[in-house]
Amino acid sequence: MSKLGTITRRTFLFGSVAIAGGLGFGFYKYKQPIDNPLNSDLADDSSALTPYLLIDQSGISIIVPRAEMGQGVQTTLAALVAEELDVTLEQVSVIHGPASAAYFNAAVLEEAFPFSSIDTGAMANGMRNFVHVPAKLLGLQITGGSSSVADAYEKMRVSGAAARNVLVKAAAQQLGVSTNSLRTENGSVISSNGETLSYLQLATSAAAIGPDSELQLKPKSAWKILGKSQNRIDIPAKSTGTAEFGIDVDLPNMVYASIRVNPSLGAAMNSYDASKAQGMRGVKKVVAIDNGVAVIASNTWYAFKAVNTIEFDWATADYPLDTAAHLKAVEDSFTSDNQDSQFRDDGDVEKALENADQVISAEYKVPYLAHAPLEPMNATAWLHDGKLEVWAGTQIPTQAVKEAVKITGLEPINIKIHTTLMGGSFGRRLEMDYIIQAIKVAVEMPGTPVKLTWTREEDMTHDNYRPIGMARFKAVVSDKGPTAIDFQLAGASVNASQMGRLGIPAAGPDITIVQAAWDQPYGVEHFRVTGYRVKNDFPISSWRSVGASQNGFFHESMMDEIAHSQSLDPMQMRIDSMTHEPSRKVLEAVAEISGWGTDLAEGHARGVAFSLSFGVPAAEVIEIAIIDGKVKIVNAFAAVDVGTAMDPRNVEAQVMGGLNFGLAAAIMGDININDGQIQETNFHQYRSMRFYQAPAIKVRVLENGDRVRGIGEPGTPPAAPALANAIFAATGQRIRELPLSKHIGFI
Amino acid sequence: MKINVNGQSHEVDVAPEMPLLWVLRDELNIKGPKFGCGIAQCRACTVHLNGQPIPSCSLPVSAVGDGKITTIEGLGSPDAMSVVQAAWVEHQVAQCGYCQPGQIMTATALLSSNSNPSDDEIDTAMSANLCRCGTYPRIRAAIKTAASNIREIELSPTGATTASEGEST
Repeated sequence: MSKLGTITRRTFLFGSVAIAGGLGFGFYKYKQPIDNPLNSDLADDSSALTPYLLIDQSGISIIVPRAEMGQGVQTTLAALVAEELDVTLEQVSVIHGPASAAYFNAAVLEEAFPFSSIDTGAMANGMRNFVHVPAKLLGLQITGGSSSVADAYEKMRVSGAAARNVLVKAAAQQLGVSTNSLRTENGSVISSNGETLSYLQLATSAAAIGPDSELQLKPKSAWKILGKSQNRIDIPAKSTGTAEFGIDVDLPNMVYASIRVNPSLGAAMNSYDASKAQGMRGVKKVVAIDNGVAVIASNTWYAFKAVNTIEFDWATADYPLDTAAHLKAVEDSFTSDNQDSQFRDDGDVEKALENADQVISAEYKVPYLAHAPLEPMNATAWLHDGKLEVWAGTQIPTQAVKEAVKITGLEPINIKIHTTLMGGSFGRRLEMDYIIQAIKVAVEMPGTPVKLTWTREEDMTHDNYRPIGMARFKAVVSDKGPTAIDFQLAGASVNASQMGRLGIPAAGPDITIVQAAWDQPYGVEHFRVTGYRVKNDFPISSWRSVGASQNGFFHESMMDEIAHSQSLDPMQMRIDSMTHEPSRKVLEAVAEISGWGTDLAEGHARGVAFSLSFGVPAAEVIEIAIIDGKVKIVNAFAAVDVGTAMDPRNVEAQVMGGLNFGLAAAIMGDININDGQIQETNFHQYRSMRFYQAPAIKVRVLENGDRVRGIGEPGTPPAAPALANAIFAATGQRIRELPLSKHIGFI
Repeated sequence: MKINVNGQSHEVDVAPEMPLLWVLRDELNIKGPKFGCGIAQCRACTVHLNGQPIPSCSLPVSAVGDGKITTIEGLGSPDAMSVVQAAWVEHQVAQCGYCQPGQIMTATALLSSNSNPSDDEIDTAMSANLCRCGTYPRIRAAIKTAASNIREIELSPTGATTASEGEST
């Protein structure tokens, strides 16, 4: 049974995020507790037992301070509290809660350090613990990096256990019995002779009691909710059109806005002429906002229509003006002065290549990609009575507060961020652009709530994109597998671009350039992985699975080339060279469920790929058919290891979704630049997977890993290489550039 | 002008070329139909016009005339779901959920005319609707469950209820 050390009244809020002294930096500040953000808003008869739990006369609310973008986080995180509190999910309501530093996410930063996610050595663990300090100092309430479950796993269970503990104590006082004689079930404390006191009855007195200094969490064997598939709490509303997304926010006397910003990203607006827009039906006001112009109207469509009549004189972009020039910059960056990292350098690669009879080599390319969640960027802001309220789908509500302070000069206490459901994100809603714009428009309309909605065209052409990138490899292969690999990867720094926009310094190498390339658990005697940084100002960002989204394709296409160069079975070669047991097991599992090695119908073929990302080993097999020279994806199989699956059916959904997201981009995802502007403006040009293209998918979830992991992203990286490898198996054509449809037709 | 939505008549005063979607969303506060692309490429805005699925983002409100509009709100509610909506919940289809009103409207129209669609027929009917979360496998499963439940209802002695339950006529 898991025992937590000394827990004080103030610090139990944060679970066992305790550090064993000795760290100088920020230690004092770190030791200061962060105020429970729920206390400031409480009515007299309410009790905020922890920042994750609110009990009042209307019932029990669990606060899940992570963004629901479709990954089921609201259900899974609520289940962590509910399990320890001994309530059912049906008994609670779940709310996102306020933007607060109390909801900092420590796990998300773990990936930023150059220790493989499966490295359990003392140095790696020491650094991981250290991460909890800066995360709290930054107070970063962030949803991303497949980190929500890992971050919450202990602290939200501890919150539930602590609340249960004080509720039992309150009942003991009231009944005049010992706590030992009491048990809890379905939201009530029950005495040995059957007296029942509901948590609602006990909440007020419990709030004045401190929890025990030692709390025991339930062992897995006692779990009633966790580890079992739950009906997601958001699905009935999402199936009846009653779920409220950011774009659905409705306020009294609200007006509607849209905006056009310089399509040369980040460049200035020299001048504009809005005379046509001014007199159009429904138009209330035209306002210049930074490098663009917003129209405020009585209906979103009037705003769309009017904003499109504005004539602009735009400044030119600061980055290379077309795709070819961006690719050239990547090609030119494979030089020592652009070297960003070399986290892996096993054996002596130079010597091994020199002494080899035969060296195989190849070069790979991937394009820019848009996030393109189906709900376009939007936010609602309302400046009234010396306060600012903002409604937005955002992955970093605390950052939205900071931006609002900068714009309005208001104190943080007078700024309220309502985090809404998100119609997808895939990393897009880590940005602040649409929120900043909505606040600035609201400042122009004091007293009136304004909902700003982007057109799809504005959304597609003003993303922060998955970077274009390249990889080169040289390898020496024996009849058993690779003996030497020199693997070089080049791309711009996602961290520098993204953190730069958030005003957070991102010094040092960018691990995302080599993510899921340097840290793969293949045993190769001589293995060197070098990252090269491309320097330009084109805005890029995290796109579902970040660096692994392209590096999975590079690495696993390479492994396939290595296997075929010696006529090795690509599955068996991977299994044989795995040094990490859970990783080997996902490969064995996917081989089994896909029937790897068994006969297929004429014209069918399989490809396999493996990626370890965000601590999750994921192996996928794609089965295709070639029909009239075109590719049809027939079946897909995936095996993943999440350590402990909090909700198996939801893990399966995320793997399916991640896999399809990877396939869609692999087949047709392509963003191009001409004259500094994005050329793809809507879904007819930036195409995505359609129903008829989607394969049947079989998922197996394993639990051999050492700790709990998140699954929002790891399903994506193996999809592209598994498909490309299947195409090679079927046709002998090795496609080394995405999207694949540039080189072969798809049905 | 007057439009009929979910069995109710509404007077609206808007530009005649305003797409139906924006009349529903911003004038009538009917938020089930979603804005995704504005050019009938994603079909998150799908509603029924006289029982047929149409992209409301691309239909001028003046073209609706006396036609009967049904939105996702007209199919059922969380407490009283239609057969198709219930199948969506049973299969836990939604992830972000933004496209699902459109998916459900398209599937409902399909099942209203064909309660035993083949895989190919499902492919053809559903391929105009985009889902960026990749929920397609579960959408297919939910359509099959809904179809089977509809056939059962059709065969039952009282057999009046169909997939288009709640649709105004």
